[in-house]
Amino acid sequence: METIYILIPLLCLAASIVAGVTGHLIGKVWTHRVTIAAVGLALILSLLVAVDVFRGNVFQGSVYTWAISGGVSFEIGFLIDRLTVVMMSVVAFVSLMVHIYTVGYMHDDPGYTRFFSYISLFTFAMLMLVMANNFLQLFFGWEAVGLVSYLLIGFWHERESAIAANMKAFLVNRVGDLGFILGIAAVLYLFGSLDYATVFTGAQNYNGDPVIGPLGFKWEWMTVICLLLFVGAMGKSAQVPLHVWLPDSMEGPTPISALIHAATMVTAGIFMVARMSPLFELTTTALSVVLVIGAVTALLMALVGLVQNDIKRVVAYSTLSQLGYMTVALGVSAYSVSIFHLATHAFFKALLFLAAGSVIIALHHEQDMRRMGGLRRSMPVTYITAVIGSLALAGIPPFAGFFSKDAIIEAVHLSNIPGSGFAYIAVLSGVVITAFYSFRLIFMVFHGKPRFSDQTSSHLHESPRSVTIPLILLAIPSLAAGMLMVESALSGALFGNSIEYPSAAEGAVQYTALGMVLHGFFTPPLWLAVTGIALAWLFYIRYPLLPGLISSRLTLIYRVLLRKYGFDELYQMVFANGGRSFGNWLWGFIDIKLIDGLAVNGTANVVGWISGIARRLQSGYVYHYAFAMIIGLVLLMSWKLWA
Amino acid sequence: MEALGVTILDQHILSLLIWLPMIGGVLVLSSGGDQNAPLARKLALGFSLATFIVSLSLYTGFDLNEKNMQFVEHHSWVAPLNIFYHLGIDGISLLLILLTTLLTVIVVIAGWEIIQERVAQYMAAFLIMEGLMIGVFSALDAILFYVFWEAVLIPMFLIIGIWGGPNRVYAAIKFFLYTLLGSLLMLVAIVYLYFATDQSFSIQEFHTTPLGFSAQVYLFLAFFAAFAVKVPMFPVHTWLPDAHVEAPTGGSVILAAITLKMGAYGFLRFSIPITPDAAHSLAGPVIGLSLVAVVYIAFVALVQRDMKKLIAYSSISHMGFVTLGLFIFDAQGMEGAIIQMISHGFVSGALFLCVGVLYDRVHSREITSYGGVVNTMPVFAAFFVFFAMANAGLPGTSGFVGEFLVILGSFRINGWFALVAGSTLILGAAYTLWMIKRVVFGPVANDKVKALQDINGRETLVLTALAAGVLAIGVFPLPLLEVVHVSVDNLLQHAAQSKL
Repeated sequence: METIYILIPLLCLAASIVAGVTGHLIGKVWTHRVTIAAVGLALILSLLVAVDVFRGNVFQGSVYTWAISGGVSFEIGFLIDRLTVVMMSVVAFVSLMVHIYTVGYMHDDPGYTRFFSYISLFTFAMLMLVMANNFLQLFFGWEAVGLVSYLLIGFWHERESAIAANMKAFLVNRVGDLGFILGIAAVLYLFGSLDYATVFTGAQNYNGDPVIGPLGFKWEWMTVICLLLFVGAMGKSAQVPLHVWLPDSMEGPTPISALIHAATMVTAGIFMVARMSPLFELTTTALSVVLVIGAVTALLMALVGLVQNDIKRVVAYSTLSQLGYMTVALGVSAYSVSIFHLATHAFFKALLFLAAGSVIIALHHEQDMRRMGGLRRSMPVTYITAVIGSLALAGIPPFAGFFSKDAIIEAVHLSNIPGSGFAYIAVLSGVVITAFYSFRLIFMVFHGKPRFSDQTSSHLHESPRSVTIPLILLAIPSLAAGMLMVESALSGALFGNSIEYPSAAEGAVQYTALGMVLHGFFTPPLWLAVTGIALAWLFYIRYPLLPGLISSRLTLIYRVLLRKYGFDELYQMVFANGGRSFGNWLWGFIDIKLIDGLAVNGTANVVGWISGIARRLQSGYVYHYAFAMIIGLVLLMSWKLWA
Repeated sequence: MEALGVTILDQHILSLLIWLPMIGGVLVLSSGGDQNAPLARKLALGFSLATFIVSLSLYTGFDLNEKNMQFVEHHSWVAPLNIFYHLGIDGISLLLILLTTLLTVIVVIAGWEIIQERVAQYMAAFLIMEGLMIGVFSALDAILFYVFWEAVLIPMFLIIGIWGGPNRVYAAIKFFLYTLLGSLLMLVAIVYLYFATDQSFSIQEFHTTPLGFSAQVYLFLAFFAAFAVKVPMFPVHTWLPDAHVEAPTGGSVILAAITLKMGAYGFLRFSIPITPDAAHSLAGPVIGLSLVAVVYIAFVALVQRDMKKLIAYSSISHMGFVTLGLFIFDAQGMEGAIIQMISHGFVSGALFLCVGVLYDRVHSREITSYGGVVNTMPVFAAFFVFFAMANAGLPGTSGFVGEFLVILGSFRINGWFALVAGSTLILGAAYTLWMIKRVVFGPVANDKVKALQDINGRETLVLTALAAGVLAIGVFPLPLLEVVHVSVDNLLQHAAQSKL
């Protein structure tokens, strides 16, 4: 089995190298054949491993020793348990779908082989991340997926907006990484190891002194560690206030928006916190912070999603909001529910992105929903799959999102840690908003009258099969995954002991799929979702003038949402411009004026000035020298006499 | 004959490493004017390769568990003054010597067609400097060390002064005076120690001789003056950007990759073991200056308009990590600092070569002269982005290893140190990627960029070699760490004992 574990990521790495280095030699067809074969094989092997793990064979072991320093051994190794295999299967499956989809989506792009190389590399890095058995390798995978994200957001590198977005994404993620790496340093400092198992055991038995923070506040070490780690998760999983990079990441080609910026990479933070659940369980303070940040993200980002007109940005803001939901679940210790939502979200959000991409391609790279409409007749497969994705996102039974989202709301409802009251209101309000913007998208894009030129409509047709097949394949789990997984996810059986399962948070919610649906009819979330869809229908089908009317009445709110609360402007002013001004001042004043001007060249000038004076003594006139000798002689003699 | 060869390899391998490139340099010089340039190039390549191959036998013959100096040579030199020709290395020196021999080969290849005037002199200067730098890293006699240390200035001065840019004379003199000033204080300290140790110049005796606290403080400050300038540490860093900007590409590579390491090596070989008590009590200010270097210099790097200046400032910032790692007196910190030195040799060297590649084609180092280079030089762009990522400390590249270990080590001492040092994660990425964004990405900026030719075989070879090194260290740093374990443990144990 160990060979298979190593083989799974390495297949993807090898495919990436083949595509990247020899892509121009073997041509487009062989490039996608090789990479799809490799990822396909990785998926099959992942599923085999999953079956094996669910039979009870958990693996935990080292592959090689990366470094030894200061008595600590840093290993590269795998932990293959239920959480890992669920993540591996999701990652490999979505990645395979995106690989296939890319064949159609990018077929005339000059960077075709490069694109395949990148997405295979991404799959490798993401698999390494989820398979890690220690913090170091987790961080490796973490940064490597960040690198590929950087390369892919800037894939169309001639676009000024794309290369601004990818740098922003990298830097904002680096802010999170700073917290993450300090968290890792703290873990090593306390437990002397970076292996999950050792750290988790150590944490259980840890009862050391708290740290004294600034202003004399006392912090429990566990709280410090968990908060630092969570800062890392906030970067990668785009939680407020580190969320600003994700909407801009839509500059990348749509397949990667689906794979990286919806289904897998952005959920790495969620995965990480779930993986660290034994640590987070020890600190209610940190959990409260997680909960509140998640709730704020879920609500605020959903609101922004209401006013977006770019089809990809609507889906992007919904991703942000859904990531907030997952974070909320983590905050109330419902880790298995959070991962459950992560999995269903991966399917239906990848589906929505790929459907959006299908529309974008059909309309020749048009992304503005105001210039779409009525596409349901010419693109039936895209339409139906998009509706399935939206129903799942809105949380309508029996689609996957209903089960996972309802479970989150239920868990928040039952929780009583500080902040859970606010979080409950936030996630409930989020349900209406989510349903509204999801169906706003459906109605604006697929219903109503076409708002594009006749020339476009004459060429309009359904996307090729390499695009529609992944859509259909993703629609299946978007429909079914919730029903299949809900029971074991709620009871905690799905993840066994790979993550914490505090009965207080989830134990009360035990449903079968059918029971959950029935229960849904008697609780607010389902009705809120239905309300949201109905409102969207009213606004965009029945009375299409209403949105304009409302936005002109509520100009302030509308503009705040349109400006996305001004985070971008603030960061641009404070960090980007502020950093540059500060740098210019340090360089211009301290380096050039003070050190070089005053100290270095100043010294040279003083030496020059003194030597200028000294030079006058050497006039070359004999009588000057004779005179000086006489004075010297007199002085010397008088000194001798005095002494 | 064979027996003689074996003896030389066996017992005089360090001498061979020092003198082989120097003799090579003299031979290259004697190859005459530029009409014989092809010969000079081939000779230089031959000698640098031979030195590199010989240096590999240092690695294979090195005993990882030996605490004492290895490959020791001890001969009388100036007997009346007890000055000896005394050589020997530990793990730390070993890595630096290997870095030196490898990068000299790289520099010789990198200058192959670029240098068309005074080829023999150019190549000879690098060969002679190679021998002198190996001398610095292997000398165990303080006078011998001092001679090598100061002698290194001469070829570097010439390289900047002859093959440099328009403002080369100012830069060369600034470089020379700055470093000389610091070195003179070191000479005073060495002479003081000569009398304190009952008339010995043996560095190892310096290590063991007891010293009063105030004497230690003065000695520490004197050594500090020499080494801090060389590293360079804030605020005595301003010679470096000027020197880099004016130096030819090869000069920048050697300057950044190796001569800066001489300063850090001095801390390891002199300051910390000779004056451990002073080093401990003055560690606070040194750490402070290191952290200032990491943050302050990063902001200065951010606003540079000249690519070479930007990389020069980035070097200072990265060297701040080295001095931080050394003065927290922690095994991870110190080993991290050493790995950071090696990594920085690869990465900054590679980045200067990348800028050189562009400069050779467009004759500008200004960032604004470029834009969209990836469109015309895709292979080069891949290398440039790769090295930029290594500079930003991406895991999997060598740049990560040292920074990571230093952050781990400094967290143990003080969490705030780690926080300030860790800010390089953001700032380092900011200045590096912003440069990449403006130079490599975007639409083709002008006709010169449009006319660019991608890198040729020679340039590809050089960059591939460095990229392989960066990747190898990043993925598997264990072999490097194993080499320095014993030396670092030994040094830390020694430094923990008071000499009062």
